[in-house]
Amino acid sequence: MNAADLAPSYDLVVIGGGPAGLAAAATAARAGLATVLFDENPGVGGQIYRGITANPVRNRAILGDDYWAGAALATETKNSGALIVTGATVWSLDRTLTVGISIAGQARLLQAKRVIIATGSLERPFPIPGWTLPGVMTAGGAQTLLKAQGLVPSGRTVMAGSGPLLWLLAAQILRAGGKLEAIVDTGSKANWLRAAMYLPDFLLSPYFKKGLALLREVKAKALIIPGRQIAAIGTDKLREVDVDGRRLPADLLLLHQGVVPNVNLANAAGVAHRWDKRQLCFVPLLDQDFQSSVPGIAVAGDGAGIAGGTAAAERGRIAAIAAVRALKPGANVPDPQTARQRLQQEELGRAFLDELYRPIEALRQPEGDTIACRCEEVTAQQIRETARLGCEGPNQMKAFLRCGMGPCQGRLCGLTVTELIANERGTTPDEVGYYRLRPPVKPITLAELASIPISEAERKAVER
Amino acid sequence: MFKRLGDTGATLTLSVDGKPIRARIGDTVASAMLHAGIDHCRTTPVSGAPRAPYCLMGVCFECLVTVDGVGSRQGCLVPVREGMKIETQIGKREAGR
Repeated sequence: MNAADLAPSYDLVVIGGGPAGLAAAATAARAGLATVLFDENPGVGGQIYRGITANPVRNRAILGDDYWAGAALATETKNSGALIVTGATVWSLDRTLTVGISIAGQARLLQAKRVIIATGSLERPFPIPGWTLPGVMTAGGAQTLLKAQGLVPSGRTVMAGSGPLLWLLAAQILRAGGKLEAIVDTGSKANWLRAAMYLPDFLLSPYFKKGLALLREVKAKALIIPGRQIAAIGTDKLREVDVDGRRLPADLLLLHQGVVPNVNLANAAGVAHRWDKRQLCFVPLLDQDFQSSVPGIAVAGDGAGIAGGTAAAERGRIAAIAAVRALKPGANVPDPQTARQRLQQEELGRAFLDELYRPIEALRQPEGDTIACRCEEVTAQQIRETARLGCEGPNQMKAFLRCGMGPCQGRLCGLTVTELIANERGTTPDEVGYYRLRPPVKPITLAELASIPISEAERKAVER
Repeated sequence: MFKRLGDTGATLTLSVDGKPIRARIGDTVASAMLHAGIDHCRTTPVSGAPRAPYCLMGVCFECLVTVDGVGSRQGCLVPVREGMKIETQIGKREAGR
């Protein structure tokens, strides 16, 4: 698929090919909307179903049934009539619903009647001393290597953090014949008290039985040590992991403390966000059909707030049904009530998981010379001092320190910077706000920009 | 740091800083470099510190490399091709370049 083969406009542009995007595109295309789905990866599936259409892992038990369930969704979308374009990077989206897209070095601007942002989540920053060293990686990164390339950690591997993904990956590595030196559990006892009130709901959730079995599986095979202060030690690369003063020799440290919405594209499109106190992150303001504050733009999936892959698909369907009803009122669509009920069931145990795996403050709000902004190498101390000098928010902080201005555009430091400023100024993250992002949200070359066709009138408007 | 699970499938060859490495169809530049045991893929523009792939999902920009002469490509998003020329990136500006 070349950029030149794309139509100049589509009824619905879906951005992101994870469960939300796949379900949304399938629902809309089947109802007759001219639908295109873009994903920047080589295949669809998003992170949860990464590599689902070309998986090298033959033993299905390693990744588990919940992973392989994604294959049906990918097939459903493929057969729905939606145009699926992979290797396609969306770098711009604005209030007029113009979508900037780049495929194999060629860029185009497309007009959408409706847009569903399904760009999912990313792992919460894990700012500890030494987290920029080669050999330190996110747990999700190691899981991606396992799902898409069939690669298993082979050296001395330590995992650290909290959250369902940490335990799932540990189980997958062990099933694949990998070895774990230790899992450092950064969970807090206080979390149990906060979570307890949501336990009745969690007992009814599909995650209860699965979660318990997973924990049992991992705890039978791996050394679990509690830890609060973690540091990656080494100069050129990781040599040891320091856990509360105890040194563990390691070649690979896998960090994880939950996932948070990837807000970059929605933020750049002007979608309003708010701070979610329970999930400790910014989430878009959405109505019950997942429509955002920008008319025509919906945000579905974990980008709308973390709820998991199955919930993401239901959210995608609900958002797509709303798009069909707006553009083709007579078209035949499924009853959104069914999807809403399934979504409710999926979301039942979320409050419990959020409270139980709430990352501790010491691992969210670093101190001293621990790097907060990896790209520009800005330390926690610098951010704290600048906040104390009177800097009120992340955008002003850019002018002082350049934090958030490197290639990742705040994805790996945004939440840390907001929380540090709020902490130092005795205010709330909502009050402090987030970086104001602007397109291009992914880097594109000048040659790609220059490849956008322009009309004679557009040329005359700037040439003399 | 990483080993291949079971069946490895079709392989191809690319070069990293002029040295050949073997990769598998389905690899990305970043996964191929990790499997080949390459320590780091770039040094930072601020302090010159070495960095290696961190997230492998296109958000951290740590795996930036030069691919066939084009700099700052996200290695985790670029599928490998036979004969591809990868260069690690020296982050710090060098006088005269």
